[in-house]
Amino acid sequence: MNSSSVTQYLLPLLVVLPLGGAFLIQLSKKISGLISDIIANFIVVVLVVLVFSLLNSPVLVYKVGGWMPVKGIPIGIYLVSDGLSMLLLIIINTIALVSLFFSISYMKRFTNKPLYYTLFLLMIAGMNGVVMSGDLFNMYVFLEVAAIASYSLVAFGTEADELEASFKYQVMGTAASAFILLGIIIIYSVTGTLNLADIGRVLKDKVTEAPIILTGILFLVGFGLKGAMMPFHAWLPDAHPSAPAPISAMLSGVLIKAIGIYALVRIMFNVIGVTPIFSNMMLCISAISMIAGVFLAFAQWDFKRLLAYHSISQMGYVMLGIWLMTPLGILGGLFHMLNHSVFKSLLFLNSGAVVYGTGSRQLKRLGGLNQKMPVTGCTSFVASMSIAGVPPFNGFWSKLIIIMACIQSHHFFLAGLAVLVSIMTLVSFLKVQRYVFFGGLKQALKDVKEVPFTMCFSMILLAFLCTTMGALLLPGAKELFIDPAVNALLNGKEYISLVLNK
Amino acid sequence: MIYFLCSLLFLVGLSGILLKRNLIKIVISLTIMEYSLFMFLALVGYKQNALAPIVKSVTEEVNYVDPLPQALVLTAIVIGLATTALLVALAVRIYEKYGTFDIRKIRRLKG
Repeated sequence: MNSSSVTQYLLPLLVVLPLGGAFLIQLSKKISGLISDIIANFIVVVLVVLVFSLLNSPVLVYKVGGWMPVKGIPIGIYLVSDGLSMLLLIIINTIALVSLFFSISYMKRFTNKPLYYTLFLLMIAGMNGVVMSGDLFNMYVFLEVAAIASYSLVAFGTEADELEASFKYQVMGTAASAFILLGIIIIYSVTGTLNLADIGRVLKDKVTEAPIILTGILFLVGFGLKGAMMPFHAWLPDAHPSAPAPISAMLSGVLIKAIGIYALVRIMFNVIGVTPIFSNMMLCISAISMIAGVFLAFAQWDFKRLLAYHSISQMGYVMLGIWLMTPLGILGGLFHMLNHSVFKSLLFLNSGAVVYGTGSRQLKRLGGLNQKMPVTGCTSFVASMSIAGVPPFNGFWSKLIIIMACIQSHHFFLAGLAVLVSIMTLVSFLKVQRYVFFGGLKQALKDVKEVPFTMCFSMILLAFLCTTMGALLLPGAKELFIDPAVNALLNGKEYISLVLNK
Repeated sequence: MIYFLCSLLFLVGLSGILLKRNLIKIVISLTIMEYSLFMFLALVGYKQNALAPIVKSVTEEVNYVDPLPQALVLTAIVIGLATTALLVALAVRIYEKYGTFDIRKIRRLKG
């Protein structure tokens, strides 16, 4: 063990703190309603500080329970943080902080706020666990923690719509978990180990054997269902709009990335290894996601449902970048993942503010809200321009990189498709702006007021990030935030030796 | 042979999810699918004529069954219990709202 560094002992705190917080909130809810607000926000502030203090550290490995490897074979459960995990940890905890701060005012309308915070913290614990886990079965367990918390959060309003959406989501989610578990069992029976790095070492040159191809497909179906890639997307447009707005922001901004894309990419790139057939298949899926998501969004007149369809489309961009497998493509994909989490959660928070102010999310019933809700209007304009890829906002830079990467690797058709989808996204969001925020004020909306301070503050913070995050591509910031994640994917199987030699 | 029965059980569960119209029957199908996986997981660790994995002495080489899948099965069963409980609770709440378990009549969300 490397005794000179103690930072690795901070890793389990990222899971333990939210779990403990969830427990504390349930214990202390009888004392005062305010206490749950304070505990939840305080814990996530601590998490964000922890994550940023771990930034720029080398690959960290924490062995749970102190089980040392026997003859070089790991026997305990590992928590690993490398560049890719770090990027995901930043996304998860930052967006969680903003959403929680937003919830302080927003969730006053719902009963049982402490329960909401408990489930929220459980979801954070699950996602932090998934991105740090160095053990396949452990990853599955954390994935289920995050997923079960999210099922109940989708149904939190307990109206007919929410229950129906949650049931649909849960049936699909449980089926997905069954596929993932089947894949894990097959991997275990082939390799006799569950540690990600150890699996990779055993499978070094067996990528083309039949059971491994089968597990690749099982993981694709399982994580594809969890991450709402196009043929498996049916639950997302129901589940994301039905949840309370901060939860929609978490689900769309973070959850589908952490337990869908991250898990699949980690297993395929760093453990099993990608065959050209698999990457071409993924390119097809991402292209379909991109184009079909934006087409389906066109027909929507429900604010949040429209945003949900755009999530599918934007995740198509992220996967397109990553599965091009070139350095530029991976850079673009990961950067777009970071950007998407910011602007999509901002858009969902905007929709929450609109629902809070007016009580409706039907585009046709809204109009002229810029006069009454200037903060919501301005921030949603920034977010809309970001998602549509208008310079100087962050979405433009990542889309530009992805399109350049497509051209560089001679996928001209995909590059054209990406430009087309970007234009259609712009049209779709001009529709939102036109119907919700511009135009004449409807008679029924005369008494609408701007939302309370905490909600405004969260939205302004995210809008500020949207305008400035293009600067992350400048030298200095790029080496700190994005390059370690890109290298973690590019070097692929180097992950194995990095983890096993710790 | 027993592996074949396992995969048959998995397919029974999967087809139940896809074909059944009743919420409770869908939940039961999901459970069947999960149970087939638990059985498969336990089978992976099974060896013929082997002992239960309780270590008595370190020096002696004894033929043990693999203990890891048994631990995994326990964890997976607990997770399965949580999802099933939540699903059934949701089904009851849906029945209160819609007055039916038939998914053809529970179609408020579409588009």
